[in-house]
Amino acid sequence: MIDTLRLTAEEATGLVERGEVSGAELHRAYLDAIAERDPELHAYLCTVDEPDGEGVPIALKDVISTRGVETTAASKILAGYKPVYDATVAARCKAAGLPLLGKTNLDEFAMGSSTENSAYGPTHNPWDPNRVPGGSSGGSTAAVAAGLAPWALGSDTGGSIKQPASLCGVVGLRPTYGTVSRYGIVAFASSLDQVGPIAKTVRDCALLHRVIAGRDPLDSTTVELPEPIELPQAEDLKGLRVGVPKELNEADGIEPGVSEAVNRTIELARELGAEVGECSLPRSVEFGLPCYYLIAPSEASSNLARYDGVRYGLRVGNGDIRAMYERTRDAGFGDEPKRRIMLGTYALSAGYYDAYYGQAQKVRTVIRDEHDAAFEQFDVLVSPTSPTVAFELGARTANPLAMYAADLLTIPSNMAGLPGLSIPCGLSEGLPVGFQLIGRQFSENLLFSTGHALERALGFDFVPERLR
Amino acid sequence: MFCRCEVAYFDPPNTHTCPVCLALPGALPVPNRQAVEWTILLGHALGCQIPDRAIFHRKNYFYPDNPKGYQISQYDQPLCVNGSFEVPSADGDRVIGIERAHLEEDAAKTIHVGGAEGRIHGAEHSLVDFNRSGTPLVEIVTRPDIRSPEEAKAFLQLLRQTIVELGISDAEMEKGSLRFDVNVSVRPEGSDELRTRTELKNMNSFNFAAKGIEREVRRQAEIYESGGQVDQETLHFDPGNESAPPLRSKEEAQDYRYFPEPDLVPLEPATELVERLRGELPELPSARVRRLELEVGFALAEGLVTSGRDELYWRIPGDRSAVANVVMNELAALGLDPSAVNAEELGKVIAARGEIPRSAFDEALAASASPGFSAERYLAEAAIADVGELDPVIDRILSANESQVAAYRGGKEGLLGFFVGQVMKETGGKANPQVVNERLREKLQA
Repeated sequence: MIDTLRLTAEEATGLVERGEVSGAELHRAYLDAIAERDPELHAYLCTVDEPDGEGVPIALKDVISTRGVETTAASKILAGYKPVYDATVAARCKAAGLPLLGKTNLDEFAMGSSTENSAYGPTHNPWDPNRVPGGSSGGSTAAVAAGLAPWALGSDTGGSIKQPASLCGVVGLRPTYGTVSRYGIVAFASSLDQVGPIAKTVRDCALLHRVIAGRDPLDSTTVELPEPIELPQAEDLKGLRVGVPKELNEADGIEPGVSEAVNRTIELARELGAEVGECSLPRSVEFGLPCYYLIAPSEASSNLARYDGVRYGLRVGNGDIRAMYERTRDAGFGDEPKRRIMLGTYALSAGYYDAYYGQAQKVRTVIRDEHDAAFEQFDVLVSPTSPTVAFELGARTANPLAMYAADLLTIPSNMAGLPGLSIPCGLSEGLPVGFQLIGRQFSENLLFSTGHALERALGFDFVPERLR
Repeated sequence: MFCRCEVAYFDPPNTHTCPVCLALPGALPVPNRQAVEWTILLGHALGCQIPDRAIFHRKNYFYPDNPKGYQISQYDQPLCVNGSFEVPSADGDRVIGIERAHLEEDAAKTIHVGGAEGRIHGAEHSLVDFNRSGTPLVEIVTRPDIRSPEEAKAFLQLLRQTIVELGISDAEMEKGSLRFDVNVSVRPEGSDELRTRTELKNMNSFNFAAKGIEREVRRQAEIYESGGQVDQETLHFDPGNESAPPLRSKEEAQDYRYFPEPDLVPLEPATELVERLRGELPELPSARVRRLELEVGFALAEGLVTSGRDELYWRIPGDRSAVANVVMNELAALGLDPSAVNAEELGKVIAARGEIPRSAFDEALAASASPGFSAERYLAEAAIADVGELDPVIDRILSANESQVAAYRGGKEGLLGFFVGQVMKETGGKANPQVVNERLREKLQA
C-alpha cells in the first residue's frame, strides 16, 4: 500500500529506482487517491489514465501546454483546446521520465489569489475544505498537500506559487526570472511570469527545479544557470546573514498568528547559527502592489488579445468580425480577466502610458535597487509569505482590492525578478503559515539549503490534520 | 521573423505555419539573426547610423490577419536611423533623407469573399492564410525630400535595385515582397512649409505610383486654389481605373498602445558585427549610374543599372553606345537572363550589325543566352552589298512604280522609304540598307 499522503517525491524516486514499485503502480496509486479525495477538493481539471514514462508522476498547472491534453488556463475561452506541442517544461519533465498525472485548477489565466476565479469551479483547501487553497496555483498546491500528486509545477506572476504553497502547507519556489522557460506557458504578464516547483519538501523542490531550469533557445529571455542545482544537505545556518525587512514583517493586515509563527522561525534561524538583522524596503512595499497592478494588467491586455475566436478555442456568433470578437470575448472571459484587460488597456493608452505603464517600469528599477542595497548586508531576506492563513471561500470575491492584498508580501521581490521560496513554518488556528525566503538573482541553491535546514529544525508535518 | 517557417509565396494556404506564427497559447518569439544582419546591411546601404541598442515593441490591434492581437515591430528605437540615399538624376544627385529603417513581422493574408473589391466591409466571409504571417519585413521611412512623381519613381527603382543586389529580398511587387505607401503634400512655389499630407495606398507599380502622385498633387492644388483645406487621410487608388476618385479610408484613428515587447531582450548588435557588415557592402547602384553616365549618358545609365543589366553591358566589348542600346532595348525586350548571355560572341554580332541582315541580327540576339552560342553562323549571312547584284533589283522596282518615281522627283522625298522597303522585300531582308539607300538616291536623282 502506497501512502500518497506521506510519500515524498524523493522517496518515491527511491522506490522506483530500487524496483520496489513500478511507475505504473505509482501512477495508479495517485489516480486512486484522486478518485477518493478530489471530488471534495477539485484540484484537477483533468487526469491522464495511462502513464507516459516510468518515473514519479507529476501534476501540471493548466497554463502549461501539454501536447494532446486539454489546456484551458481555467477559462471557457480555451475550452476543448488541445495543444499540438509541449511547453518546454512539460517536455523536460517527459524527458526526465516524469509522466503526466493531470492538469490542475487555477484562477482563470492565473489571475487571482484563491483559485475561485476558475471558470470550472473553485479548488478547496485540503486543511479545511471551507477555505481557499490560495492562488493562482491552488490546484497544484492542494494536490500536493492532499497526496494527489508527489509534486507539481505552478506558475508565479505576483505570488501564484508562493502564496498558495503557504496556504496549503507545502513548499514552493518562484525561481529567478529568466531561469525557467516560459515557452508553452499560457502568458499572463510576460515580464513577471515564471514556472516553478511545488512539493512536500525543499529537497523535492530542488530535485524538480533541476529538471526544469536552464536556458531554452525557444525563450529569448532565459539564461544559462551560473551553477547547477544541488540537493540541499545543510543542517545549520552558520555564517548566514538573514535580513528581516521591517515593512514586509510589520505590514497592516498581517495576522498575529502568522507573525508569531514567522518570528519563531526567525528565532530558530538564529539558533541554527544565522546572524539576524533588521532592514528596510520602504518603497518596494509601498509601491510594489500598485505598480504590479499596472504592469501585469497592461501586459495581460496584450497577451490575451490572441483569444479572438479566429483560430482556436471558443467562437461565438455569426455576424461581422467585430461582433464575433465582442461576443466571443464577452462569453469566454470571466470577470477578473475582463477587469484586468480593461485596466491594462487603459494604462497603455496614448496619453496615459507615461503616467502609468512607463512610470511603473521606473518604479520597478527603484524596487530592484532597494533590494540590491539590502543584499549588500544580507544573504537572505525573510517574511511571512501571506499576511493571512487560508481564508474562507467567498470571503473576498466581492472585493477585488482585498483579494489583491493577498500578494502584498510576495509582489515586491517578484517585481525585482528575484527568487523566493515559501516553506511551511507552523500553524495558526490550525492552518498552515508560510515563511518566505528571498534571495539574490540565481541564489536558488542558497534558498534551498537555508529552507532545508529550517525545515529539518521545524519538523512541520505536511499532512493536513484532518487527513492524518 | 520570429519563427523558423519557410518564406513561401505561392504554396497552398496554411502549409508553412507553427505555434509561433499561429499565435498558439504560450508560443514565444525568437528573433531571426539573418534578418537582423540583413537589416543592418541595408541600413549601411542607406547611409544610416546603427544605434547600440534597438528595441522591439508591441503594436496592439485586432484584425484576423494579426493572430497575436499585436504585431511585433520597432517604435522609438529602430535598428537603423538618420540615413541618406543618393539618387542620381540628369542634372546632378538628389539626396533623399532616410528617417529610419526598422524590422517587424508581416501580417497574414486575408481573402474577403463576396464583398466589394476584396475588402472586409460587406464580405460574406473571410479566409486567412498564415503562410505569410511572421515573414520578416523592413520598413524604410524617408524624410519629406522627394519633389516630383519622377523623382519618386527614380528613388523607388534605385532602392529596389539596391535591395535586390544586397541579396536580402527579391523585392517583387507582384509577390508583395516590395510594397510602398506614398505621402503627398503640396505648397506654393518657393515656400518651404510642409502642409497637410495624405497617404496613398494600394499602388502596385512604380509607374502607378508616379501617376497616383501626379493626380494627388493636382487634386490638392485644386483644393487650395479654390480656397479649401486638405484633410489628413488615407486614400486608396484603383490601379485599373485612372479617372476613378480616390477611396477614403474608413478606418478610425487607432491607438496602438505600443509598449516594449517583454518576450524579447533588446537587440545590441556588436560593433564588430556592424563593421563587418559595412565591409561587405558592394558598390551601390547609384555609384554605378554615375560611372556609366560618362560613357552612355544618364538615361541609358539609369536604365541599365536599375534593370540590373549593367553588368552585361560591361561584359560586352565594342562601341559603348551601340552595346548600351542593344542591352537596354533589344535584349531587355527578349527577356533573356543577362548573366547567361555570351558577351564576347554577342559583341562580334553587334559590331557587324550594319553588315548582316536584320533577321540574322535578331536571331543572333535571341540565341545569345543559349549554350554554345557563336557569332560565326550569323556573321556568315553577310548582307547583299554588291552593287552588281542589287542594281537589277532596284531598276526593276523603279520601272514597276513609275508614278511614285515621278512623285519623288516632284519633291516627295519621303517616298524613299517606300522604295527601300520594296527592295528589302524583294531580297528577303538581306540587302544592306545603307547601300540600297545610296543606290536609290543616285538613280532617282538621275
